[in-house]
Amino acid sequence: MAIKISARRQIAFTIIAWTIGILMFFPILWTAIAAFKTESDAYTLPQNFLTTPWTMENFAIVQARSNYLLYIRNTVVIAFVSTILGLLFAVPAAWSMAFAPVTQSTIKWSGWRWLATILGTAFVVGLFLYALGWDLTNRASIGFLALVIVIVPAALWVFSRNTSDSLLWMLSTKMMPPAGALIPIYLIFNRNGLVFKDWGWIDLSDYNIMDSFWGMVPLMMLLNLPIIIWMLFTYFKEIPVEILEAARMDGASLWAELTKILTPMAVPGIVSTCLLNLILAWNEAFWTLNLTNKYAAPLSFFISEYSSPEGQFWAKLSAASIMAIAPIMVVGWFSQRQLVRGLTFGAVK
Amino acid sequence: MATSHAQKVGRWALAPSLAALTVWAFVPLAIAIYFAFLRYNLQSDNTGWFGLNNFYYFVNDPYFYKDLFNTVALVLSVLAITIVGGTGLAILLDQPFWGRGIVRVLMISPFFIMPTVSSLVWKNLLMHPVFGLFAAIQRFFGASHVLDWFGTVPLLSVIIIVSWQWLPYAALILLTALQSLDLEQKDASMMDGAGPVSFFRYIVLPHLSRPITVVILIETIFLLNVFAEIKVTSVGGFAGNLTYLVASQLNEATDIGEAAAGGLIAVVLANLVSIFLVRIVGKNLGT
Amino acid sequence: MGKIKLNKVRKAFGEAVIIPGADLEIKEGEFIVFVGPSGCGKSTLLRLIAGLEDLTSGKIEIDGRDVTDTAPGSRGLAMVFQSYALYPHMSVRNNIAFPLKMAKMPQTEIDAKIAKAAKTLNLTDYLDRKPGQLSGGQRQRVAIGRAIVRSPQGFLFDEPLSNLDAALRVNMRLEIMQLHQDLKATMVYVTHDQVEAMTMADRIVVLNRGNIEQVGTPLELYNKPNSLFVAGFIGSPKMNFVEGNTIGVRPEHLDISDKKGEWQGTVKLSEHLGSDTFLHVDGGKRGQLTVRATGESQFGPGNKIWMTPQKGRLHHFDAQGRATK
Repeated sequence: MAIKISARRQIAFTIIAWTIGILMFFPILWTAIAAFKTESDAYTLPQNFLTTPWTMENFAIVQARSNYLLYIRNTVVIAFVSTILGLLFAVPAAWSMAFAPVTQSTIKWSGWRWLATILGTAFVVGLFLYALGWDLTNRASIGFLALVIVIVPAALWVFSRNTSDSLLWMLSTKMMPPAGALIPIYLIFNRNGLVFKDWGWIDLSDYNIMDSFWGMVPLMMLLNLPIIIWMLFTYFKEIPVEILEAARMDGASLWAELTKILTPMAVPGIVSTCLLNLILAWNEAFWTLNLTNKYAAPLSFFISEYSSPEGQFWAKLSAASIMAIAPIMVVGWFSQRQLVRGLTFGAVK
Repeated sequence: MATSHAQKVGRWALAPSLAALTVWAFVPLAIAIYFAFLRYNLQSDNTGWFGLNNFYYFVNDPYFYKDLFNTVALVLSVLAITIVGGTGLAILLDQPFWGRGIVRVLMISPFFIMPTVSSLVWKNLLMHPVFGLFAAIQRFFGASHVLDWFGTVPLLSVIIIVSWQWLPYAALILLTALQSLDLEQKDASMMDGAGPVSFFRYIVLPHLSRPITVVILIETIFLLNVFAEIKVTSVGGFAGNLTYLVASQLNEATDIGEAAAGGLIAVVLANLVSIFLVRIVGKNLGT
Repeated sequence: MGKIKLNKVRKAFGEAVIIPGADLEIKEGEFIVFVGPSGCGKSTLLRLIAGLEDLTSGKIEIDGRDVTDTAPGSRGLAMVFQSYALYPHMSVRNNIAFPLKMAKMPQTEIDAKIAKAAKTLNLTDYLDRKPGQLSGGQRQRVAIGRAIVRSPQGFLFDEPLSNLDAALRVNMRLEIMQLHQDLKATMVYVTHDQVEAMTMADRIVVLNRGNIEQVGTPLELYNKPNSLFVAGFIGSPKMNFVEGNTIGVRPEHLDISDKKGEWQGTVKLSEHLGSDTFLHVDGGKRGQLTVRATGESQFGPGNKIWMTPQKGRLHHFDAQGRATK
């Protein structure tokens, strides 16, 4: 170091930094204190929180009143299963993009050609359905046609990209606002399958994944999949290709290369990817508030139940809040150093 | 470079993810487009072709322009607060002081708090006009009339809560970037006679441009979709954004068609923003 | 064992042709060095032999067996990489054992082989360390150990010494040569350093822009380069070219005198190496010339000197850079 820092400067910085740190943390601290106070003490201001009695009763009341354990179980199931499921998809994908990249797009089409392909496919499929005797004006036919129109060219387009385009496209799916997907997902999830109930050829009358793990887990997985893939990709990118090539020279099969070499080397990256995803899934609130209310409702929903304006239950609200955030915050504290790198999605070293 | 065998396996390894994301990106969109043109309310059996009426009604909703403005105002002000504040905090944390590890942990904590919790804690424990801490502080300093945060300045209140959650993110990303700044550069610039201001202007700021871009990109994705903070503080009527408006079309008006149309409008707006963002970001990230 | 034959081997990445077509026969037990400037395709050629890249067209045979489409691990070759490519999460012992485990060798046999390799390479005390705890030279030895335990028919070295410091490099060079004498296995060695090529090789393959420019023993290349490129690349300091690049003469083949001779010039700089002195001479219309003088040479900057090419040591080239006689 070229500059010698005087002790006085260091003391000044210490005071400023600690002040700001404590201010940032203060709302959490305040909540934590209130959680251990009696209801009347909690909102008596000013209070000397050192002298007012401490109590654990709020936690018991919260559990008794709103069954905290059910919600935390749901949160854990949704967050963990969706993260593991996401890894199963993302590890091979990230491996593929990092070590077997596709350098050239296999299809180079102009916009007009895409349009012609899309409309052409729809026309041919429509003709085919008509020949089969379908009524092209009913909802099932229109829906089916719409899916063909969208999925066929979309799949063509997606699967023909080169690796760097694929990566950017994957991240761009994260730009899609949930508001746009809310109605379709709501309809797909809903009782009696509002979308599918007229389809006739499949009996879906018992089908209902609203407010269930069958809906929430895949949804959460898809929501975070682009992030998992990106993060893993940036971690894999740092592993020298030569090491994998050495394994290949040593007679390792692709499977051995993945399990014996790549995965052990990428463990730190995989762990921090998992942690970030756990945090994102744990704290997700748009979908959980809109799609769950009882069976698969996680902690974010559990807390929102305390927003009702009737009566001031500061202590219970605080206790519930602490119960909802404590597990993930502790995880976050212990992993924050690894997390920060993950949070930049590999864009900052 | 990989061999053709590896490349073939690679395509298969990538396929499940691509397929899943293709379905995720396009199927809901297709369904939304379909329903956006239907008259379809869950409370009535009268469904049918509705043309552009859903779009018309959504845009002419009394809340539409207000919520559009709120969306933009929320994103821009939180970005401004977190980036300016984050840069300041990052520079501060980069200085030598005692207990850096603990201060770091204290500072990042708000990022781990779920939005529903932070909203209720801020609204009730801190900003409540009667029992909140802020009101108590105001009274302590002799104010006769305390500020009712969510009553008089709902948007500002939401902005404060959201900024509190995202400030740690910006600060820590920028701190990480600052710590990678070459110390020799600092020495060299001192040798060249640069003061702290020009050191910041010509060395630090250019060095931070890339991480700042990343912060803008990531935060925008999340800030456009702020929902829980508005929903659980019940200020949707005053400080709602587009995300909230669409969700309330579904939850309160149960109007599928109009909600789908609103969702599509939100998609279009997000895409405009993302095109704009990708332009800037692409230049800075150079992928 | 260990005969490698390349037949019209071609490699292109899309439009970019890296190797237009290479024919080469590597004899059993031979130490062959691929040398050339960076980007000449020497590493690509090695990777094609290893099987880490696919051929665009052509054929590779090892001991008469067509291995063009054989997986890298099944070609009976071992490779030592520039960055050593050790598995950082495994101990030295497990690094060396890895190829044997992949071959499903029984554990007792693996242990015996590791013990033997470790003894040969002075690694016995380090077997339980991780690669990160080793010095550059030790890592290099682990990489070699991992290669020799499989008793392959041939070894491939991809610039294995370029990450070592100068003193260590000379040592490792000798160790690899010793290894070659002990194992009598075919070795293909890639380097951009012509000194390594000259000192180690039985035969040298000089590559230029993906083409095999010349193949021969070090002395053949030194004495009879068949092109301007080879002449300029082999030998240090570089050969002098005069008369519009049609005549070449090595610095050590110019006799100097302060009185008379064929070419006149003025000394600009002199480098004293102790054993030799290299004079950088302004040769007037012949341009810049390098001359080797004895270590005791008294010529210094500003001296006018005469230079005379030794008899039969001139190299003649045509306009295309081909050697003529």
